[in-house]
Amino acid sequence: MEIKYKNYGRSLIVYFYGELDEYSASETKNIVDRLIEDNLNSDKVVFDLSGVTFMDSTGIGLLIGRYKKVRRFNIPIYIQGASVATEKVIEIAGIYKIMPKI
Amino acid sequence: MENKNKMRLTFDSLSQNESFARSVVSCFALQLNPSISEISDIKTAVSEAVTNAIVHGYSQGLGEIILECEIDGNKLHINIIDNGIGIENVDQALEPFFTTREEDERSGMGFTIMKSFMDEVKIDSKKGLGTKVYMTKVIKTDS
Ligand SMILES: Nc1ncnc2c1ncn2[C@@H]1O[C@H](COP(=O)(O)OP(=O)(O)OP(=O)(O)O)[C@@H](O)[C@H]1O
Ligand SMILES: [Mg+2]
Repeated sequence: MEIKYKNYGRSLIVYFYGELDEYSASETKNIVDRLIEDNLNSDKVVFDLSGVTFMDSTGIGLLIGRYKKVRRFNIPIYIQGASVATEKVIEIAGIYKIMPKI
Repeated sequence: MENKNKMRLTFDSLSQNESFARSVVSCFALQLNPSISEISDIKTAVSEAVTNAIVHGYSQGLGEIILECEIDGNKLHINIIDNGIGIENVDQALEPFFTTREEDERSGMGFTIMKSFMDEVKIDSKKGLGTKVYMTKVIKTDS
């Protein structure tokens, strides 16, 4: 998994590329957490999942975990670009209820 | 006319083998001409069962995971077997959002995903002996 980011006005956009599973989760988690901590002045965080080629429940845990962290700073997270397959996993866990799709 | 085939494979409980297991099963399934969405359902379900064997079954240390696939007509049977710690209460483990590892940011959705992505899922587990997950996907023609 590879992570890239862009600051767009006061939005932090985080781009996920590759397979999100147990093998890639812990490194991904650390990188994304550091990015968010470096951008606490953001109004919102957007996770762009258009580059995710595979995701399972480990990815659900990772997304919910980031949501719980960022909530403490009152910054909303949004999700964009999930593929049909990724979206199927996201929706089964109701992730869009806490991190809306944009 | 009779469409039968099977394979069996053993690998170490290392997380880098998750993508290997997913790929092997999806390649094996290709002979049934599955749709893209059927393939991605199968890959996700395999990943769930293999991840569970690694992070729960063999949480105490490295072990071996057995992966069996069998084609019977338009059905693909997949068995994922570990000799790890086993599941104390299977009914509870099957409930959405139930996890024994919340501290590791697990969501407890693995079995729920397996059940909704596959046509049949059966779990046979004994504490201290290990866990067998049996799953079946019916490949629809003209899907
Ligand atoms: N192979 C296994 N060996 C031992 N225990 C298991 C095994 N598979 C599942 N379990 C138990 O069943 C519970 C539920 O599994 P499930 O896959 O639904 O959720 P999870 O793995 O905890 O979280 P997630 O899959 O969302 O990351 C686990 O928390 C674990 O206690
Ligand atoms: Mg699981």
